[in-house]
Amino acid sequence: MLDTAGRTTTELSLKVPAGVPAVEVVELRKEFLRRNKQGGRFRNRRRRVPALKGLTFTMERGETVAILGQNGSGKSTLVRLLSTLLLHDGGSAHVFGHDVFRDSRAVRRLVNRVSVEASFFKKMSSAENLSYAARFYGFSPGETRDRIPEILGRVGFPADRRSEPMEALSRGMQQKVALARALLTSPVLLLLDEPTTGLDPRSKLEVQTFIREIRDSHDSTILLCTHDLAEAESLADRIGILDRGELLALEPVEDLKRRFGGGTLEEAFFSATGRSFEEETSEDDEEREVFA
Amino acid sequence: MRTVELSLRHELISLAGVVERNVYLVKRYIWWDIAFFLWTVANTLTIVFIAKGIEAGGGTIDVNRVTTQLLIGAVIWAYLGIIFEVLTETVAWERWEGTIEYTFMAPLSRPVHLFGMGLFAIVFGLIRAGLLFAVVAFFFDLSMPRANFLAALLVLVVASISFIGIGMMTAVLPLISPEKGTQLGFVAQGLLLVVSGVYYSVEVLPQWMQWIATISPATYALDGIRDAIIGGDGAGRMWDEIWPLLVIGAVSIPLGLWVFNRGEMYAKRHGKLKRSG
Repeated sequence: MLDTAGRTTTELSLKVPAGVPAVEVVELRKEFLRRNKQGGRFRNRRRRVPALKGLTFTMERGETVAILGQNGSGKSTLVRLLSTLLLHDGGSAHVFGHDVFRDSRAVRRLVNRVSVEASFFKKMSSAENLSYAARFYGFSPGETRDRIPEILGRVGFPADRRSEPMEALSRGMQQKVALARALLTSPVLLLLDEPTTGLDPRSKLEVQTFIREIRDSHDSTILLCTHDLAEAESLADRIGILDRGELLALEPVEDLKRRFGGGTLEEAFFSATGRSFEEETSEDDEEREVFA
Repeated sequence: MRTVELSLRHELISLAGVVERNVYLVKRYIWWDIAFFLWTVANTLTIVFIAKGIEAGGGTIDVNRVTTQLLIGAVIWAYLGIIFEVLTETVAWERWEGTIEYTFMAPLSRPVHLFGMGLFAIVFGLIRAGLLFAVVAFFFDLSMPRANFLAALLVLVVASISFIGIGMMTAVLPLISPEKGTQLGFVAQGLLLVVSGVYYSVEVLPQWMQWIATISPATYALDGIRDAIIGGDGAGRMWDEIWPLLVIGAVSIPLGLWVFNRGEMYAKRHGKLKRSG
């Protein structure tokens, strides 16, 4: 089997120990300090706002897990903790046996992500953005010379636009390049944080098709954070419901429907959280969202 | 042994990646760089013309010598500005573009990241400083018969090690304070040059500023470069400037890395390592 960069699983096994879960999160907690909104003499005091309240779950290698939650539920905080961009306040997180907070360098070699914002140097071309990003993962110019055009081709990026600045590309195109950037570094854990939010229907479908292709044909474990119920249902092996920093459930979609009742995932979500997906977020949710 | 080789290879490729990215950016923002260079030329001219102004006002000075002295100060100011700007952009520009999370989650060791930025800053800064010196010198038809440019370059390169260390400390400021960090970097650059005798002798400063000048690498850089270009001193006579620069460099680089690391940990704890700060 080949991984996303065309390396054999034998090569890959050098860095991914066998027999350990892809992701193992135990009682993971994260809080942020927030300035008091009330006026008066206590205005400058800060208080702790919990973003994740003791999350526990495991993902097996090759599995695709979707985490559903509203804005401010803690999805992005989870992704940023697993990406080594945040330090935790309690509990533990391991990626393929490596402690995310103590052995972050090893984790970084195994992980990449695609977030809601494509995030590139806007004046640089797609090829240039991919080229320098690959260097950070140890890929030499010789290794990326053919690989970059090939991977851009695979995500459906037109060859004649490779040297155009990113700012000249549509959001859908930029998101394809973001997927290509993530795959170029052959991550064994791919973190997708609302990768299709804000895309037009066609681009959304193309990105979802490509995620499905990665899931079916490559040695990648995928954690998909989304608030698109249909996307979660069609792509994930299991679906988690994250509400105000708490993981209420993590099960296959049919089990979720059975457990919480209702014929649709939306109804199950409503039943689990006690509120609908479109419902206005509370002030607490907004505060958590600030840090998401 | 194989692991060490692979690890070293990875670090070197990553270092090249940081430089490569900055080269792409210079290429893409070339007109901006040209405009900024022209502004620097104009700014430098306003300073260097001061010597001729004094003479025209009836003052008796060695115009050639003072002009060269001012030119060296202005060029070093511009050079240091580039070093600090590039290093501060380690965070500030990445945050502006939104790439900060991707860079900081890559398996790129922070020393390699910062040294890559520093290496690019030195090369880019030296090319720019050389051009600036040549263009402004041309305006004044300066005579520098004894100038030893190689010795001046040696002092500047050695001083750059210390500049990079201090630059690392200022680079962390935008990480801690997204709104004010970049401006604080400029403040640090200004303070460093004020106490270092950028356009004047350090002896004219108040005593407390002279004490600070003894630990500023810019003091020794300016002294050494002036000695080489005006006095014609060779590399062999630069030891008085070189050894303090090496000592300051040996302290400032580890200190810079430590400060940046502490800043990064703070940013990770408080959720500031993100595009919006």
